[in-house]
Amino acid sequence: MSVPQYRRAAALALAAGLGISLAACSTKSSDDSGTDASGKVTITVDCQPVGAQKELLANWNADVAEFEKQNPDITIKSVSVGEQCNNPPDFTARLAGGTMTDVFYGYMTDLQQVLDSGQAADITAAVSKDTIPTWDSVDPALKEVFTDEGKLYAIPVKNYSMGLVYNKALFSKAGLDAENPPKTWAEVRTAAKKIAGLGGGVAGFSEYSAGNTGGWHFTAELYSQGGRVLSEDGKKAAFNDAAGKQVLQNLKDMRYGDNSMGSRQLLQWGDLLTNAGAGKVGMFIGAPDATQAIVSQFQGKYSDWAMGPMPGQDGPAKGTLGGGEGYFFKKGLSDAQIKAGLKWIAYQKLTPGKGQLDYVRAKPQNYPVGLPQPLLFANGTEAQKQELELRKANANVDTANFKVFEDNPVQIVGEPRNAQAIYAVLDSAMSGVLTNPDANIDALLKTAEEKVNQLQAAGS
Amino acid sequence: MAIMTASGVTRTAPPAPVKARGKAARRWKDNLTGHAFLIGAVLCFALFMWFPMIRGIVMSFQRTRRGETTWVGWDNYTRIVADPSFWIAWKNTFLFTILALVLGYALPFFVAILLNEFRHAKGYLRVLVYLPVMLPPASALFLFKYYAYDPSEAGLFNAILKALHLPTSEWMQSPTMTIPAMVIASTWMNMGSAVLIYLASLQNIPGELYEAAELDGAGVWRRIWNVTIPQTRLILALLAMLQIVATMQLFIEPLILANGAGTQDSATSVAYLIYQHGFFQNDLNGAAALGVIMLVVLAAFSAVYVRLTTKQD
Repeated sequence: MSVPQYRRAAALALAAGLGISLAACSTKSSDDSGTDASGKVTITVDCQPVGAQKELLANWNADVAEFEKQNPDITIKSVSVGEQCNNPPDFTARLAGGTMTDVFYGYMTDLQQVLDSGQAADITAAVSKDTIPTWDSVDPALKEVFTDEGKLYAIPVKNYSMGLVYNKALFSKAGLDAENPPKTWAEVRTAAKKIAGLGGGVAGFSEYSAGNTGGWHFTAELYSQGGRVLSEDGKKAAFNDAAGKQVLQNLKDMRYGDNSMGSRQLLQWGDLLTNAGAGKVGMFIGAPDATQAIVSQFQGKYSDWAMGPMPGQDGPAKGTLGGGEGYFFKKGLSDAQIKAGLKWIAYQKLTPGKGQLDYVRAKPQNYPVGLPQPLLFANGTEAQKQELELRKANANVDTANFKVFEDNPVQIVGEPRNAQAIYAVLDSAMSGVLTNPDANIDALLKTAEEKVNQLQAAGS
Repeated sequence: MAIMTASGVTRTAPPAPVKARGKAARRWKDNLTGHAFLIGAVLCFALFMWFPMIRGIVMSFQRTRRGETTWVGWDNYTRIVADPSFWIAWKNTFLFTILALVLGYALPFFVAILLNEFRHAKGYLRVLVYLPVMLPPASALFLFKYYAYDPSEAGLFNAILKALHLPTSEWMQSPTMTIPAMVIASTWMNMGSAVLIYLASLQNIPGELYEAAELDGAGVWRRIWNVTIPQTRLILALLAMLQIVATMQLFIEPLILANGAGTQDSATSVAYLIYQHGFFQNDLNGAAALGVIMLVVLAAFSAVYVRLTTKQD
């Protein structure tokens, strides 16, 4: 072929190829029922652990193999989407692009976003004891979180509530009683001062104020004061009151009155836990699995960390923030696929002794067993008893470190509607009191209130 | 009339009335390769550039709720403009652009003039100046965030200030220092490219012009003012425009240095606000509207630039 002919052929091939690609983009797969000729159902599921998490990945693959053996008519296609499983922007991008798997993971705060995208299937009729044997034991409050106008859209698979996470080693060093953590904000302040007095860049108490995590913690601390983020009807901000002011005042007093919060602020999730892993944080507000992240990702030690209940202002806290995760089902799935997905979630997430609740397997792998969560099953149910027994029998973390937290339960309050957007606004109030000694708390709250009101009015 | 074609076959010319059509067809055939390449390029642009842009503009007039998309006219725009963060973001973005233009525009020019004057180790110095550009922007910004801008006295800049007996700064934690700190980091990261472009331009200036100026008794500043600047005018104008368009899309600096919005929104830029609306507030339509507003503003700047340069030419 001569050079001009070659160029012409190449150009025509390029043009034709692009045309075909465009046509392919607009063509819907002719077989989207997920069922093949032999009646075998296939579903795609996300959040398969990434390759670097060798043991978790091996566990997942073993679960898939065992499940498929027990259900020869179902094929599970696992998808690892990396950050999507703990990164809101990634999740939003996949949702907007319609590239989620058939059964996809989301936070409890994601329900409205998923519904707005029109991508979630109503699974109310499909969920029963037949598809999820422990369904009647699952805490009704968690089912409620994923319910809208009486319709269920996701299955809860993890649940947490927040308390005071503290470093026992630093407590002992500072002459504090490591078995008796602070239970009020005044006690937190006193302990923080003593720990910061150790020097060496140690923060007695550490707090978030960026990347939406500041607003998340403001909400948790507001609940401890008995406050609420939104009015009953969800249309107006309700945090610009005495409770909201007290939250910011406590932090401002510790930051600038006592100088017990370290100099580096504007922290977000990984920043604080990095400092904690390095032994530079005495206390922070968190859920039990925060200790897991400190150990697995930030080189900390389980034996250093313990938990107390969420502090209250003058006595026990009036509330604490609870949240968690679940699995949604993509709209357009066949009944057989929804049923297969429910069976998989039941097996991998909600059966004591299996999947994420297989403590016998997790114990020798140094995956923490004995943390007081996830709280999936309601008090007194058969599934809860089984799960607790298994957890205690196989604990590889010192359960005594979480006893004070477990023995002092605080009423759990869910996250507000449109949580991530509200948290982004409240970051500003948190960063205000943590970086400016002259911060005007009233002005900060007023500005945040106006922004949240606008946000709610817009319905976004 | 007989025509000998490339393949050696003789064919008869068509009768006169058909001649024009035959010519057009032949021209089309001759240009087939070009057209095929053109179609490929146009399809590529259409798919990856124009379609997303048009889709974004359409989305900015729509609202999607419960999977249903409706036309809402200018609602998204009025909502976005009413958001208090909108004006804060524009103020921050303009302030950053102006400061970046002053520092990031003038500094590389003078560094280029200095480098141009050196007689020895030219290549070595050029590599040194260009080195920061080779560092991935995220890595460079993390260096600034954790080492240079550490608000304690252990931070690099604070240690230097302390050694000089000057007051230290909270850097990214101080609302007044946020933007200057972002400008310093951004200038450090990007200066190398501008310096190289200026250098190339400076080396194209005929040496006789400087010799003539020297004979007329012009000093260094006079030579820069009367020879260097007029001779590099077009490059200066082009880089100014590119600098404005690039700095107004300020995003990675607030995202990494200030963990997003910074202290009390002091780092919120328009591009970051788009990201906030789109990915945290479940408001892709609002994000699209803000994107269109930004597009219009940048297009206006570009138009002014084209107009000015056309007039000058």
